[in-house]
Amino acid sequence: MNQRSSNLLDEALGLDQTIEPWPLRGRIVAIEDQVETSGSFVLHHILKRSLSPNSSNVSIFIALSQPFSHYDRVLRKLGCNLVTQRDNNRLFFFDMLMLQCPGGDEGISPECGLIALYGKIYKTIVALPEVSSKNVTIIIDDLSLMEVAANGSSDYVLDFLHYCRTLTTEFDCSLITLNHEDIYSSADRPTFLLQMEYLADILIKAEPLATGLASDVHGQLTVLNKGMNYRQGSSRNKISNFHFKVKENVVECFYPGSQG
Amino acid sequence: MAESICRALRDGALEGEHAPALTIKDSMASPFGFHVFSHVLSQLSSFILAGKSQSGGLVVVSFSRSPSFYLEMLKNKGIDVVSSDKRIQILDCYSDPLGWKDRLIEAGNFTALSREASNSSTANVFKDVKHMDKLYNSIIELGRGLVGGGKNQFSVAIDSVDEMLRHASTSSVAGLLSNFRSHDQVSSIFWLVHSDLHEARVAAVLEYLSSMVTSLEPLHQPANGQRGDLENFSLIEHNFKKGKFHVRIKRRNGRVRVMSEEVHIEQSGISFASLSSEGAINQGLVPKVQFSLELSEKERIDRANVVLPFEHQGNGKSIQIYDGRRSLADSKHERQVSATEKMQTNEDSGGGEIIYFRDSDDEMPDSDEDPDDDLDI
Repeated sequence: MNQRSSNLLDEALGLDQTIEPWPLRGRIVAIEDQVETSGSFVLHHILKRSLSPNSSNVSIFIALSQPFSHYDRVLRKLGCNLVTQRDNNRLFFFDMLMLQCPGGDEGISPECGLIALYGKIYKTIVALPEVSSKNVTIIIDDLSLMEVAANGSSDYVLDFLHYCRTLTTEFDCSLITLNHEDIYSSADRPTFLLQMEYLADILIKAEPLATGLASDVHGQLTVLNKGMNYRQGSSRNKISNFHFKVKENVVECFYPGSQG
Repeated sequence: MAESICRALRDGALEGEHAPALTIKDSMASPFGFHVFSHVLSQLSSFILAGKSQSGGLVVVSFSRSPSFYLEMLKNKGIDVVSSDKRIQILDCYSDPLGWKDRLIEAGNFTALSREASNSSTANVFKDVKHMDKLYNSIIELGRGLVGGGKNQFSVAIDSVDEMLRHASTSSVAGLLSNFRSHDQVSSIFWLVHSDLHEARVAAVLEYLSSMVTSLEPLHQPANGQRGDLENFSLIEHNFKKGKFHVRIKRRNGRVRVMSEEVHIEQSGISFASLSSEGAINQGLVPKVQFSLELSEKERIDRANVVLPFEHQGNGKSIQIYDGRRSLADSKHERQVSATEKMQTNEDSGGGEIIYFRDSDDEMPDSDEDPDDDLDI
């Protein structure tokens, strides 16, 4: 049921074969979406996969967009109980809805809120038992709201992301981020978006179809997998493109033209 | 081409001249800049370790990758940095560039494990990237530590000028790079920049500072940057694995040499090849269908030889047009215009006569206005 239909996405991410070791270890995944095609389903899917009962993964979820109850509801429909996972210390949910960096007062710099957040994540990882600390997935939903919380300073957010990136090298964590492409479309140069695209090992874009709205297909996903991983000694660039349809309990992914 | 720039960095600065400086420039359309940077880094490292270069050491300023990444990368290319007699040092501007870890420790209740520094003896952590002068001093100090003082020289590699530009002003970054070029002990310097992250003038500043500029561009430009169609998707796929590698070298005598190559991204790294012909490129643009959309050579020649009806062949003769009533061999149609004669008989015709009274004998047809000028009607 769920397994089959999301296979294309799993395949594109490298999640279709093994769960252990976690294929996204040490990698940064950047999801970009638009108003017409929300990419949060990709986030939910990765969260669900990382909390799979077959693995010892731990997820640190930094929520700036929705409260815990929302994700609990969504993941429950996908067959994953977030409350249980949280109680079992497999999910650490940081509710950052009220995150606000102080606005440049004397003695307190605006980046303080983000420095403290980084410190919190670091402490959480360090406190994990040895076996779990090797499979941590940090998920941020979403970056545009983090920029808002940082009073519009994308530089502070980029600094924070850089430090999160050092966690991927220091602890082999995965970093999954979501951002909205159309917010930056009016800018001369979407620098913040491009910085994230350069940073990402895997770039996932959720876009509407070029042909417009359709009832059978909600949008298309393009997955660019930059395989530059010297640890495995290989550099395989892989690009996939397929359509998706968001249903109540599942998201179906299929190649163009192969559905109805 | 790529080899010539590596050689230029290896040979270093001439007496009384600034050190050669290379800018590696890419953009999201062809994001292989880091592959090129790694290639140049490994080439220069092997020259230095073999004692074949002007410089006796290399300082790698790492902003975008951890020091262990570079150690592993060089090891995969057969260059063992740790046992290499300390010819390569890495200035670690990656692990804690802004000193956040120190600030958290000060705030209490935080223990930084600093695995990076303990893992490799070749990493030196730098925590103050907002100050270009401190960065400059640290790099020079590291370089002198490698080669000693006096006239001994070292090379500098900066893996991300973008990060520097994020933390400091363009003028201070330009000042730093310029100071390196004019420093007695710097033999050569190269850096990577993503051109689409900055304004055009910033990229221009960096280009002015360099004696060599390599830029990466996609082989095929997708139309309108739209990702909607399948056609564009295959272009993107193509551009994901290959690109165009342009090199511009400024010589001492003022001449500029421009060269281009194709660059391929492979399992083991990158490779360079000369640019393929246009035909090969166009092959990639023809949609894959089950019938042939192209012409063979014979078909092309035959098409060129077809005589189109109503079209001047430029040889003074009018075209014999087959009108379906008589065979072409039997009849001959000739149009004669004469100002004085009104009647004309055609003695060769086999039984028919055409008497033509032209209304506008006195007027010359205005060739500018007549759209049928090129036709024989």
